[in-house]
Amino acid sequence: MENWQGFNKGNWTEKVDVRNFIQLNYTPYTGDESFLADSTSKTKQLWNKAEAMIKEEIQTGKVDIDTDRFSSIAGYEPGYLDKNNELVVGYQTDAPLKRIVNPYGGYRMVHDSLEAYGFEMNKELESSFNAFRKTHNQGVFDAYTDEMKAARSVGLLTGLPDAYGRGRIIGDYRRVALYGIDFLKAEKIKDRQNLKGHACAATIQLREDISEQIRALDDIKAMAAAYGYDISKPAKNAQEAVQFLYFGYLAAIKENNGAAMSLGRNTAFLDIYIERDMKAGILTEMQAQELMDQFVIKLRMVRHLRTPDYNDLFAGDPNWITESIGGMGEDNRTLVTKTAYRFLHTLTTLTPAPEPNMTVLWSENLPEAFKKYCSRMSIETGSIQYENDDIMKPIYGDDYAIACCVSAMRVGKEMQFFGARTNLGKALLYAINGGVDELKKAKNGRPIKLIEGVNAITGDVLSYDEVKENLDKVMEYLAELYVDTMNTIHYMHDKYAYEKGQMALHDSKVHRYMAFGVAGISIVADSLSAIKYAKVKPIRDEHGIAIDFEIEGDFPKYGNDDDRVDQIAVDVVTKFSNELKKTPTYRDAEHTLSVLTITSNVVYGKKTGSTPDGRKAGEPFAPGANPMHGRDENGALASLNSVAKLPYCEVCQDGISNTFSIIPSALGKQESERINNLVGIMDGYFAQKAFHLNVNVLDRSLLIDAMENPDKYPTLTIRVSGYAVHFNRLTKEQKLEVINRTFHKSA
Amino acid sequence: MMQGRLHSIETMGLVDGPGIRTIFFLQGCPLRCAYCHNPDSQSMFSQKHISPEEVLKTASKYKVYYNRTGGGVTFSGGEPLLQGEFLVETLKLLKENGFNTAIDTSGYGDSKYYDDILKYTDVVLLDIKHFDSPGYKALTGKPMNGFYEFASKLDSFKGKVWIRHVMVPGLTDNETAINKLFHEIAPLAHIIEKIEVLPYHKMGLEKYEKLGMTYTMADVEEMNEDKAKYYENLLNSMLLEEKEEVLARKNII
Repeated sequence: MENWQGFNKGNWTEKVDVRNFIQLNYTPYTGDESFLADSTSKTKQLWNKAEAMIKEEIQTGKVDIDTDRFSSIAGYEPGYLDKNNELVVGYQTDAPLKRIVNPYGGYRMVHDSLEAYGFEMNKELESSFNAFRKTHNQGVFDAYTDEMKAARSVGLLTGLPDAYGRGRIIGDYRRVALYGIDFLKAEKIKDRQNLKGHACAATIQLREDISEQIRALDDIKAMAAAYGYDISKPAKNAQEAVQFLYFGYLAAIKENNGAAMSLGRNTAFLDIYIERDMKAGILTEMQAQELMDQFVIKLRMVRHLRTPDYNDLFAGDPNWITESIGGMGEDNRTLVTKTAYRFLHTLTTLTPAPEPNMTVLWSENLPEAFKKYCSRMSIETGSIQYENDDIMKPIYGDDYAIACCVSAMRVGKEMQFFGARTNLGKALLYAINGGVDELKKAKNGRPIKLIEGVNAITGDVLSYDEVKENLDKVMEYLAELYVDTMNTIHYMHDKYAYEKGQMALHDSKVHRYMAFGVAGISIVADSLSAIKYAKVKPIRDEHGIAIDFEIEGDFPKYGNDDDRVDQIAVDVVTKFSNELKKTPTYRDAEHTLSVLTITSNVVYGKKTGSTPDGRKAGEPFAPGANPMHGRDENGALASLNSVAKLPYCEVCQDGISNTFSIIPSALGKQESERINNLVGIMDGYFAQKAFHLNVNVLDRSLLIDAMENPDKYPTLTIRVSGYAVHFNRLTKEQKLEVINRTFHKSA
Repeated sequence: MMQGRLHSIETMGLVDGPGIRTIFFLQGCPLRCAYCHNPDSQSMFSQKHISPEEVLKTASKYKVYYNRTGGGVTFSGGEPLLQGEFLVETLKLLKENGFNTAIDTSGYGDSKYYDDILKYTDVVLLDIKHFDSPGYKALTGKPMNGFYEFASKLDSFKGKVWIRHVMVPGLTDNETAINKLFHEIAPLAHIIEKIEVLPYHKMGLEKYEKLGMTYTMADVEEMNEDKAKYYENLLNSMLLEEKEEVLARKNII
């Protein structure tokens, strides 16, 4: 094929195999950043306009919404911000930052969001939709049991994707650029024809899925055509490669409003096109940077319509447009290319920003120069997260990417059913209170008992063995209920809100993960440690419910590299993971577990009574797998080492999030020292099979100032659990929680 | 079993010696520096104790971090030299296990242990409080001879020395003082790797209130950081010149 000229041929030319194309054609880069170019005047003009719009949206809190149609891939007219300066085109609707109404997840979310922003849906459309179309949310509630509803209502199971898009699916958007739509469609038709056998439920479902996917491919082609692009054939140069890839992604974010709409792992792929054009003398370094800059500008303008409640959970309008960068190949060549640098360099050519969610796949064997560059960019921009390639590569190979914050999957070959998380802090209180909720009461004022077969602990001083035994029972009950709940949700999501555009960019037969989660691990570990090593006396109300705890004596706390308590945390997640695996999943998905809260640790805290570790009712949890604020008293490395003990492989295989804040002066006196020290910290941390690190290098006083004078810091970006956010976009409670986190400093 | 008096542990020290280091703050100090920002580490009384083996065990957990940055273990305080016997044994144990070692000291301790301590130390972070004895005594409560005694032992020291000086407005922030200060350390130039001037700050103030101690320097302003940096650069260029002269003298001989 003409458009493939100059590429090494292989398996990929016969069937869809992007990894094979990359491996046969990419150029690893081990040098430093000195080759990078500045942005072009076109980019500068475009970014000035875009940034002004973004800032205005943050400052005024006003949004624009297209209320005359419902979400679809090809249903919107083309939109532009500054047509003459746009090298990469396409917005979700006919105007930048104008949001889509997606009703398929559930109509109440739509209604509440529109109302919150002072909009009304086109009446005719609204009444027809509600008269003739059932949503995912309605399907789920038709099939939820009373137990599921109860667990959801008290907040044992939280953030479930039962009223909006589940997200966390990454289409292999590279396929659009490498093959063009016609090739992909032909392959899908073949797949459907080859699907032999009786029409059992699984086969019927897959046949329908593939047919939907084929229709979506036609839609993607039509959408691109509206922008004047023919994407039926492969991209013929770097500009087209970026544009086609972006069209693939654009289709995904037009069709779906999942919490996390991640991008994949694209820099080595795009680098091949850039290298080819440079060899042919038709692309300069400045133009290559221009392509990345313009691509990133588009990514920064992705928006979804959310309710204000949603913002309490996941603040700052995040989309988790996660791009996985770097890592090593199975043949031990690095997957770092010059385009990995160019992508990160957009943090300099544009301004630092939370999106796309830059995720560096860290390996001990990454080129030194690249490690230092990443470290420098972290210090300067606070916009990067790091995840351990050395422990993921053996599981997922070398063409996986991160969805959302920490969820790994092979691009185009695997997907996950997102499952939010269970509140383990609350589960512990159920163990103490005999399956009764510590906060919520029935209408008659009586306590609500959710879990049978667990007796309340009645002693004056809590016994470790008794609490532990009860906690095991609670976790057994909860794990089974959680899997059943997730099965219900994802069955209905497939039925009523199937992601046909994204799945069209997957193999027809995909491997599925079902990603469960826990919040509050540090609270559970510290509480059990307090019960074991100190004396904990419950203070009970008139119903016998422990509403507070008195602690006598000291106890080991998670975050100080002390095995006595760290092992408790390990045992709890291991037990919960094992329990989950006992209940079969929808579509034979593989059970995985994350220790991640994003910013929802604040809301979990609000909904959880006082805990035996000394945390008072309503106070925030620590984010993700972090130690509780201020309890890590022996410095950052002890804190990192504690988190590193949580096992990834087989146990918390959907990721373990750790957010680390250090003040600049503690990192070293000279810039070069700071860079080297940060590299050393990450090498040391990841060498112990730790999974993830968000790095913030800043002073607490800066955040306090930013809280008081938001106008001084319009784009201050910080990393929270698993994503980056404009500090100004956090709620006041979230800001305070971030400020109260441990900031590591040298004495 | 031998035990050291421990104030606290900082597992991520990035400014007290080369690379990533674990800092063991030992309890107890003979000086009473007016600006001391760790007044809680002055008293000889300590609730926490640690054995050399426990130091080794803790340090081993962080070896993976030290390795790539040339880091290791630093003993600070308080005044580590006060616990000479413990220090010798611990440093020896660390060296036997391949760790880089440093001590952060004002040079006040039990001199009979100095030779052994220096034998097992890679880096000495030596704090020079003032350039003459009256000034030294006014600031720390002790005359300067203790400092001289320790500094004289460094003649034959095989490791590196980092000189540190806390600059207080009105005390040493002038060229005359800088010249005098340099004169005191010039004999050690051949082993001094760098000189750090730490601008006086009041971050320890809260601790005084908590401990019910009087902070005598409440009226002194914090040191201007740029000015401190200027004098630090000046001192380091003097050091470089001195080193070149020493080298030149050697070549003549």
